[in-house]
Amino acid sequence: METIKQGSFAKEVLQRPHTEGRRETFYYDNAIVRNFAAATVIWGVVGMLAGLWAALQLVLPESLNIGPWFNFGRLRPLHTNAVIFAFVGNGIFMGYYYSIQRLLKTRMWSDLMGKIHFWGWQAIIVAAAITLPLGFTTSKEYAELEWPIDIAITLIWVVFGWNMFATILKRRERHLYVAIWFYIATFVTVAVLHIVNSLAIPVSFFKSYSAFAGVQDALVQWWYGHNAVAFFLTTPYLGLMYYFLPKAANRPVYSYKLSIIHFWSLIFIYIWAGPHHLLYTALPNWAQSLGIVFSFTLIFPSWGGMINGLLTLRGAWDKVREDVILKFMVVAVTCYGMATFEGPMLSLKNINAISHFTDWTIAHVHVGGLGWNGFLTFGILYWLVPKIFRTELYSKKLANVHFWIGTLGILFYAIPMYIAGFMQASMWKQFTPSGQLKYQFLDTVTFMKPFYATRGLGGALFVAGAIIMMYNLWKTAKQGKLLANEQAEAPALEKYTAHKGEHWHRWVERKPTPMLVATLIVILIGGAVEMIPTFLVKSNVPTIASVKPYTPLELQGRDIYVREGCYTCHSQMIRPFRSETERYGEYSKAGEFVYDFPFQWGSKRTGPDLAREGAGNNRKSNTWHYNHLDDPQAISTGSIMPAYSFLIDARLDTASTPGKIKAMQTLGVPYAKGFELEANKDLMKQANEIASDLKKNNINVPADREVLAVIAYLQRLGTDIGNNKTAQLK
Amino acid sequence: MSALVVLIVVSMIVAGGFLGLFIFSVKKGQYDDDYTPSVRMLFDDGVTNTDKQP
Repeated sequence: METIKQGSFAKEVLQRPHTEGRRETFYYDNAIVRNFAAATVIWGVVGMLAGLWAALQLVLPESLNIGPWFNFGRLRPLHTNAVIFAFVGNGIFMGYYYSIQRLLKTRMWSDLMGKIHFWGWQAIIVAAAITLPLGFTTSKEYAELEWPIDIAITLIWVVFGWNMFATILKRRERHLYVAIWFYIATFVTVAVLHIVNSLAIPVSFFKSYSAFAGVQDALVQWWYGHNAVAFFLTTPYLGLMYYFLPKAANRPVYSYKLSIIHFWSLIFIYIWAGPHHLLYTALPNWAQSLGIVFSFTLIFPSWGGMINGLLTLRGAWDKVREDVILKFMVVAVTCYGMATFEGPMLSLKNINAISHFTDWTIAHVHVGGLGWNGFLTFGILYWLVPKIFRTELYSKKLANVHFWIGTLGILFYAIPMYIAGFMQASMWKQFTPSGQLKYQFLDTVTFMKPFYATRGLGGALFVAGAIIMMYNLWKTAKQGKLLANEQAEAPALEKYTAHKGEHWHRWVERKPTPMLVATLIVILIGGAVEMIPTFLVKSNVPTIASVKPYTPLELQGRDIYVREGCYTCHSQMIRPFRSETERYGEYSKAGEFVYDFPFQWGSKRTGPDLAREGAGNNRKSNTWHYNHLDDPQAISTGSIMPAYSFLIDARLDTASTPGKIKAMQTLGVPYAKGFELEANKDLMKQANEIASDLKKNNINVPADREVLAVIAYLQRLGTDIGNNKTAQLK
Repeated sequence: MSALVVLIVVSMIVAGGFLGLFIFSVKKGQYDDDYTPSVRMLFDDGVTNTDKQP
């Protein structure tokens, strides 16, 4: 066999049965699949209920915001993290553990590592579910978890990857089926993204500051944010599609060649598309254009994959009519097609100018989330649970009910949100014939309410379907019995023996450990390259002379703003459109954000932009802010903002001030040397000023309350350059 | 905009890694057969219904 050369793989496969014939018996581990399946269903329902709750908060803000733990700003990250990392995450691992063992004709390399992976992942989810309502957050979307949890994620991810590569190396099937390539890409890229975006300086066990500021932080975050969609919600699910769709239809994928092209082209293009989240912002124009080009190009591999999935069912559409599993999968792949058509369109500047900050984005992600991820997961669960429990599905009828109310749920969700998004943008941009803005921001909010209510109905239908599925699968599991270790047979894969002049990689490839070390080194190089600029952080420093660091009270207020998740509804980024400069003031400049660790640009305007809340015509009195935070509806009739009256009772944690100032100094913020010792004196002085101003208006509040810090921060926003320029513009 | 440079470099490393992997897998003959894997994966179930410990 030594004579076999590289590249003669097919020949080798043909020869193997004759030369080998040594059949080995082994067992697939179904218990790990069962565990992840159960976690997928349970967390799925929990995450969706959190989403439904958050959706209804926008309709009934006064009764459904239970502050401080379950105000919208804290609940929304809980929802996104739960559905992405708990529901989809467990869904990925469920399908991955089922398929990779069978595709590689081997049991997993280590059962123990599988167990650590499972329980570690669930522990991380529980930690997230506890810390997010408590307000421990970095405020970076889909990466809100604080640094100790970030480290735990990294460790568990390494366990997952280690076990995967070791399993790949002990495989009995030389060829790596395309699904496995998708899993590998997921592992590698998510590891890099997570490490880079989580770089932060800890201040305490549950508080850290992002290593990047302002526009740089925004760029890193959306490089991560976009690729989290790409490599957590898309590539692993494409791997699952390429395995479970052919299995469910019992026919090979339409074109295996196309699937290989799909994979390689997709991963090369995806990683460059991030800047499309920052169009018309302070990001350099060429970077925006680069992002647009790649984002648009993405339509080709994406649609190649979608067509490949749908055409797998050619000549089998009669099956789709009968088989509820295929129905789920067809809708999933169709939604993938819709979302990946819409994505490139939304990344075009002229369309993005309309869609960005509106509910259009929410509709877009939910077509992907509910349709593609949700329905593919449901299809896989209905296929896989009866299989590992050696029984039939408990009720096909209930599964059909689930399919139809789930589909209705998607429609009732997406259609109102598309209309809402478009109307919102139109109203924001509408001028009267005399050149005045036609609508107050609040008008657009109250206009949205019926759409939010209908969306809530859609969400409720979708969750109801998931709960029906939970019951159906529970009954299925109960009527069957788990086949924990499924016997299988396959010929042993002939081992390559070392020979003269063999490529060094051959050696690496035979040994799991060196391979892993090599992988880690590669990832660490990425990490190191990433850290260097944080040491050179001085290059971030002011390009605009009038931009000054936050005062200690403002800094504390900003941290409360972050803690409460204000960014989930309020942007701080005025784009250079007349409709925005008229409403909010001078457009935002990159140099204004150099002390913003982390950036707070936001991605959605459920409420108005706050970039210049303290400047020009936007500026309000301290009394207004106090009353508005206490009871938003009393000040702005029809407002859907949660009440923040608890900030009036909560004492500001001034003990943390010196540590925070020191961390800021480390990050390059030019506070005077030794300022950390003076900081609290400065803080109390400013707080007393605000308190005495409030007192003039008969509001008696002690100076040590959190609300004063928030007011100080809000009054500071945009004032550095805002005052003069806004005055000129108006 | 040092972060931009960093992200491009990191992305290049990732993309370069995948390019290397691609060339490597082609050379190894992973894609010499671009049809039968899609059929073989349909026949990967276990052989028995018995539940035995390995």
